[in-house]
Amino acid sequence: MSYLQLENLHRSFGSFQALKGINIDLEQGEFLSLLGPSGCGKTTALRLVAGFDQPNAGRILVEGKDLTRVPPNKRDMGMVFQAYSLFPNMTARQNVEFGLKIRGKSKGDRAKPVDDLLELVGLAHAVDRYPHQLSGGMQQRVALARALAIEPRVLLLDEPLSALDAKVRVQLREEIRRIQLELGITTLYVTHDQEEALAISDHVAVMYGGVIEQMGTPAEMYTAPATPFVAEFIGTMNRLDSKVTDGATGEVEHSGLRLQVDAAKGRRNGERVLVLIRPESLELEAATNGSAPNSFQGEVLTQTFLGPVTRVKVTGSGTNLIADMSTARAAALPVGARVSAKIPSEGAKLISLPDDGPGLPVLDPDDH
Amino acid sequence: MAVEGRRVGPPITTQAAPEALRPDIVSGRKRRSLAWIATLPFFAYTIAFLFVPAGAVMLGAFQDKHDHATFSNIRLLFHHPYIDAYWGSIRISLITAVIGAIFGMFVAYAAIREGTPRWIRSALSTFSGVAANFGGIPLAFAFIATLGPLGVVTVWFRSSGYDLSTKWPHFQLFSERGIELAYLYFQLPLMILVIAPAIDGLKREWREAASNLGAKGWQFWRYVGIPVLMPSFLGAFILLFGNAFAAYATAYSINQGQNIVPILIGAYYTGNVLDNPHLAQALAFGMFVVLALMMLIYIPLQRRSARWAK
Amino acid sequence: MAPSAYVWLLLGAAYFIIPLYATLDFSLKKNVIGTPCCTLKNYGWVVHNGDFWHTIKISFLLALETIVISLALFVPTIYLVHLKLPKLRPIIAFMALVPFVVPPIVMVVGLLRTFRGTPHWYYGTPWGFLATAYVILAFPYMFFSLDAGFRSIDVHTLTEASQSLGARWTTTLFRVILPNIRSAALAASFLTLAIVMGEFTIANLAAFHTFPIFIQYVNESQGFPAGALTLMSFGITWAAMLALLVVGRKRGARGAVIAGAR
Repeated sequence: MSYLQLENLHRSFGSFQALKGINIDLEQGEFLSLLGPSGCGKTTALRLVAGFDQPNAGRILVEGKDLTRVPPNKRDMGMVFQAYSLFPNMTARQNVEFGLKIRGKSKGDRAKPVDDLLELVGLAHAVDRYPHQLSGGMQQRVALARALAIEPRVLLLDEPLSALDAKVRVQLREEIRRIQLELGITTLYVTHDQEEALAISDHVAVMYGGVIEQMGTPAEMYTAPATPFVAEFIGTMNRLDSKVTDGATGEVEHSGLRLQVDAAKGRRNGERVLVLIRPESLELEAATNGSAPNSFQGEVLTQTFLGPVTRVKVTGSGTNLIADMSTARAAALPVGARVSAKIPSEGAKLISLPDDGPGLPVLDPDDH
Repeated sequence: MAVEGRRVGPPITTQAAPEALRPDIVSGRKRRSLAWIATLPFFAYTIAFLFVPAGAVMLGAFQDKHDHATFSNIRLLFHHPYIDAYWGSIRISLITAVIGAIFGMFVAYAAIREGTPRWIRSALSTFSGVAANFGGIPLAFAFIATLGPLGVVTVWFRSSGYDLSTKWPHFQLFSERGIELAYLYFQLPLMILVIAPAIDGLKREWREAASNLGAKGWQFWRYVGIPVLMPSFLGAFILLFGNAFAAYATAYSINQGQNIVPILIGAYYTGNVLDNPHLAQALAFGMFVVLALMMLIYIPLQRRSARWAK
Repeated sequence: MAPSAYVWLLLGAAYFIIPLYATLDFSLKKNVIGTPCCTLKNYGWVVHNGDFWHTIKISFLLALETIVISLALFVPTIYLVHLKLPKLRPIIAFMALVPFVVPPIVMVVGLLRTFRGTPHWYYGTPWGFLATAYVILAFPYMFFSLDAGFRSIDVHTLTEASQSLGARWTTTLFRVILPNIRSAALAASFLTLAIVMGEFTIANLAAFHTFPIFIQYVNESQGFPAGALTLMSFGITWAAMLALLVVGRKRGARGAVIAGAR
């Protein structure tokens, strides 16, 4: 039986529907990320679980008990906010022990759990500092310790790392995951950073427009996106708007080019599909005179040095493709070189597109 | 030398230009002394029209009619009716500061908090800006028109058979209570204007975090809200105190015989009782002492309440 | 909206509106015994009163004079402080707080004593004695407003850019700096206007006939016209504050400061 259950949650603000029926089941000790761009409803959902907002329809259950009408200060959940949530007039220690103080624990009873937690988050040396004396990363650690001090049933995190520097972000997310695993606490994590979500979660739910587009393990989300939005949102993906020409053999046609895609077998002819190829699956070689099978012919448009890997952008036949290859190999294909990009027939995935639909969703680049 | 895969150009050398050739430093020094001179008019003005007169008052307090040094005027301050005037001023200032501060905070919070429609906050802000300046003579009349013997409210109660001055609350406009009620008219808006930024600064996240950790409303206020607001509250309170203490026009217009220090000082110059100019100066000096004492109480309190602040 | 918020706001609204309503009521009364409302006779009395226009003109001109002197005195000084003499700023800020601690009643006593022997054109006319006193009264508000304005622009960059293009100091000050602190200067000016139009203490003790003195005289001598006059004076304050808000909103300046005729 699931530990935390979000059952058919709806929330509207006036005419704007923020959540259009969300269903989530979390096992005890599970770490689920709600991932999506701004406005997709993920924070709304989290706030409903915390109790700062009431759903228009649906229920929230913990261990089978309906908490939907319970006020936030009685839900026994710990929340870490994005920023500014530490009480400025209290030291780190006083912040962390606040929940215990409210629960009537005496000073003696409070001391050890608080000290232990502050040590757990790595701040034993700064316990008597005030929030304005702490860096952003340190403040969030205190916030985490404070949320954990009350031994909550569920841990809720609302984009806790968004306001921090990149390096601190990576470091802190590892620690959050480590602590979560050590304590075995059920966790709901909201973020718009897909790399973050994929790195630390047991499961990821991608949200868009108030609904969950897809939910699964990070690996599933990455290798087998189920909708065009998820394909676009997670990682970088080459997307080819194509039409099935021969469903028996798995042949599709894109911009006049015939391609063999195994995933297209069994589809009906004429169906409009999206062929998805990860950049690392695309094989680039210098163009030969003959036309290699299942390949695009084009030339190198740009090279972006990313360390061990170089991202090579290829343009041809009216299409742009992105290929990731080792920097050493990329050196042999400078800008302007004529190349042939081979599409692995088994490596490509397929998503159906509505026949006359609006096409691919346009995303704000800042949402990645 | 070329490193594999990269091209390196010829080395670039830089040299700081010798100081003699850098015009901005040389003229910068010259210009700074010019700048000092250019601020002289300002200092001359403030010294002439603020510090010298203030100093003259302080000095004059210790002189007698023949300009000899004496404490006699100061000693006189501790006798009736002067000491009563000081207590009256202090009483009025404290009461209006306390009531204005507390009620002002409630009103400001009511307007700024989450659930209230935005237009209420703008309206309150605009009105407060105006009302805080609606003091002195016009305000006095407005209160006479409201609660004076023929005032609208007084007459309304009387026509219902209830005489406000003889029955509870035994209210007379031309009394200390009356002055206090009138003073509140500019004290409250002043408080609202001054405390609003501090209330704005109460982040929603603190309220929610407290609630999330199990705190009820009053617990949030007790442990977070009030402590965070306290430094600003104290500052506003002192401002209100000083504002009421210095006020002259309103009290003058309502009741020229009101026994507060500014009226007493004015009495000399409007040709009433006092014939000793140095006494007026001593009274003024006394005001200054009271204000200084208040600051002495306030500063350590403030520092303690803001221990945690930047 | 929470019910407790409602209560507080309504109480506050009642407290503030009732005196205004009472003033309006008085201003429209025919006489004391409750004959039916209403008449505009009192407003007529005010508008046709020569002294009304005379004193309003004096106060208004006095305000203008105060504003001009203040700006001429404070703008270059604060500009220089921000540009070249930052160490001076805390000193001037402290000085700007002194008028708060030295109430007008005390200040006028000192001024009258200090300048007793000065020539008539200064000691005996509002344009001399009162104006100089009012500049001091306006000083804190002027300073904090202008200071905020200067802090919101990059003084160094603007000045250096202007100079590198060949401008002299005067040109830089008038054509580059001033336009950029315009809203702060305007806000301070409207505040000063409100202060001067409402200042009673100094004018009373120094025996000058300004607008507030006139209002007090009417208060003491005529009941109902005083109501009309009070409302009109309130309207003037209101107009000045409104202008201040409009100006302030344009550049996002913070809320109004309090000038306080008390």
